[in-house]
Amino acid sequence: MPRPVYKEIVDILVNFNAVDLRSRFDQLGRTFAERGVTFALGGEERPFPLDLIPRIITAVEWGELAAGIRQRVLALEAFLDDVYSHGKCLDDHIVPRSLVTSSPHFRREAMGIDSDNASRITVSGIDIIRDEEGKFRVLEDNVRIPSGVSYVIENRRAMTQSFGTLFSHHRVHPVDEYPARLLAALRRSAPEGVRDPTIVVLTPGVHNSAYFEHVLLARLMGVELVEGSDLLVLGNNVLMRTTHGERPVHVIYRRVDDEWLDPLHFRPDSILGVAGLVNAARAKTVTIANAIGNGVADDKLLYTYVPDLIRYYLNEEPLLHNVESFRLEDPDSLHEVIEHLEKYVVKPVDGSGGKGIVIGPQADEATLTAMRKTLLHDPRGFIAQRTVALSTVPTFVNNHLAPRHVDLRPFAINDGKDVWVLPGGLTRVALPEGALVVNSSQGGGSKDTWVLADESEIAREAEVMRTNAARLLSPPVNGAFRQYGPDPDSSGDQ
Amino acid sequence: MSRGMLSRLAEALYWIGRYVERADDTARIVDAYIHRIAEDPFGDPDAACRSLFAILGTKIDPDTPVSRENVLSELVYDQTNPSAITGALLAAHENARRAREVISSEMWVCLNSTRNDLGAQRSEATRVGSASYMKFIRERSALFAGLTDATISHDEAWQYLILGRSLERIDMTARLLESRLLAAEHSPDWLTLLRAAGAMESYLRASSSGSDPAAIVTFLLLDRTFPRSAFHSLNVADRCLEELTVAGSRSDTVNQARRTIGFARTRLEYSDPRSVLSELQDLLDFLEQTCATANNEITAHYFRQVVAVPWESEQGT
Repeated sequence: MPRPVYKEIVDILVNFNAVDLRSRFDQLGRTFAERGVTFALGGEERPFPLDLIPRIITAVEWGELAAGIRQRVLALEAFLDDVYSHGKCLDDHIVPRSLVTSSPHFRREAMGIDSDNASRITVSGIDIIRDEEGKFRVLEDNVRIPSGVSYVIENRRAMTQSFGTLFSHHRVHPVDEYPARLLAALRRSAPEGVRDPTIVVLTPGVHNSAYFEHVLLARLMGVELVEGSDLLVLGNNVLMRTTHGERPVHVIYRRVDDEWLDPLHFRPDSILGVAGLVNAARAKTVTIANAIGNGVADDKLLYTYVPDLIRYYLNEEPLLHNVESFRLEDPDSLHEVIEHLEKYVVKPVDGSGGKGIVIGPQADEATLTAMRKTLLHDPRGFIAQRTVALSTVPTFVNNHLAPRHVDLRPFAINDGKDVWVLPGGLTRVALPEGALVVNSSQGGGSKDTWVLADESEIAREAEVMRTNAARLLSPPVNGAFRQYGPDPDSSGDQ
Repeated sequence: MSRGMLSRLAEALYWIGRYVERADDTARIVDAYIHRIAEDPFGDPDAACRSLFAILGTKIDPDTPVSRENVLSELVYDQTNPSAITGALLAAHENARRAREVISSEMWVCLNSTRNDLGAQRSEATRVGSASYMKFIRERSALFAGLTDATISHDEAWQYLILGRSLERIDMTARLLESRLLAAEHSPDWLTLLRAAGAMESYLRASSSGSDPAAIVTFLLLDRTFPRSAFHSLNVADRCLEELTVAGSRSDTVNQARRTIGFARTRLEYSDPRSVLSELQDLLDFLEQTCATANNEITAHYFRQVVAVPWESEQGT
């Protein structure tokens, strides 16, 4: 049974006949194809199917969720600051030193790089699921270059165009504030003494699966979208090549992975990056957002320590719980997981996009056997989690409504002073029946995510609008309205 | 003062301008030729098709006969040849994909939906005739031109787009006239030429000379107000370069591209209409040379400035 909040939506949709629904569903797809809202998978451009039925989150639920995300981001921010400077949490044995040094995304090159104004996790996407009891839990943290916010913005645009009527029964928080918030955070993060910073979005280029998003963000923020070859570093200053010569760049919102970012320090074969970028960041002439080396904070093994980090840095109890997880370097846990692998979900610690995940209950014996072997060989490389029956939401499948599993990726922006969570986020839905992996690269779709406004906010808004409407505008001026020439209908000629 | 734009984007815009114009012009030319071949009972289709390939700068085997089908497959539907209609549109689309944030969403949607529609339009054209495909291309180009005019600021980015479009127009007009000279007995009549340049109606309205070759050549090269005449396009290109020079901080440096275009513009402006026909070969060579040179100079000046990065040992380590 769908929860009551979906009742009104379903009631409205029931009034559409199947053909009508189908045509609107197709229209959503067409809108996306026309606007080029696609993701690339194996070199092929595909649309990311948007479902007709929004995911609904009530104001109260959202309040709890946003507070929990904010707390988590602050703790991870403190952790990264610590790890790349004094390492207090390592001295205090909150997190084992070996975890950090063995993390594939820990970057020694970033030690001691500290910009004065910037947060390290300017943008984060914390993946959330709802468990069997309806409680929100954190599935994983993404604090490197989380993507997906463009779908949040585009989904909303497409929904209001095709299904405007659905919005008439709900007060939904808008999502279009995101680019302005991100821009403000990036401006604030500029190096000391730069009054009017030049901000750019750095993309790996047109073949990246999230290229569409890079374009959208650059456009909505009104900043340049640059590729590595557009930039150069001269004397520790980052410059971009323009038609009027080289122009200094102060803040880089980069969507290029650490290891491709600077061929001097990371992969020497990278043509996506800019030689000398790391040194420029160290010289504080440029801010790189998100910071280099953030991957140590979304290492899946570190994930199991986040509740401790919240207590350690913030002196608070975690508001959002993890999914119960096992650290496989602990022999007892490893034994338990290997014995009952068919009950667990096993994830590589540095994976993303659902790559390398084995879902025990759905895996065949050969996969399980191979996984057992891998785990014995490399327990640090994986964590195991309890299989959670993800919550389901009514979804339009083959011309009727059916429950499908969903997760949620809310996006948070940390401007160095506070963390703002975009009301909504990307709801991904697993389209094959029973499927638990909701990634876009594995047959997933998405839903527009509605965070309902609370009643007092609505009343306040209405008051403002009434006041404004009271100041009557003068009516538009119309000129003479006359038709010239012969009436086209009466003329036989064209 | 404008702060300049990314050289890569400026180059992409310039080529979007060129490729969309190329698709449009090629569609007009091919349409006029195919129409002519179908109508002319005495013409030699092979020769006419060859002259078409020559105009459009696509090589073809001199020994195998060329038919209307070759024209369609190689000059219209070929996706890999940027001198074919489909290829030019795909090249424009690819450039737009990389410059999406500097063109308007509507311009992007226009190019994107045009590309998405090419397959269906081709099937339609095999059913009802190639003219429907040409009409589709012309309409989409016109839509793109309208959106270019009305949905982005006429700032530096716009100037690059218009600059590209103008240069392509000059080049295509020169190529079109060249076809008269290549092999006079196989080449189209003068009215077909006018039609291929989209100039028929404007010419008839402006001129009382009927199909007088000198009047037609003068119109296509020198007319002050017809937007596809070589002079008009040179004028537009000159103004673009003037704006780009004023906007730039390098206004003191010699801009070779502007000199090239300005010189050509002036030469046409003061050409004597009475001798245009006799000097045609010379003028066309000059125009084609102007386009090629200006293209290289624009590329060097605005898109590919070379900055030397000195490699030095790190200090104080």
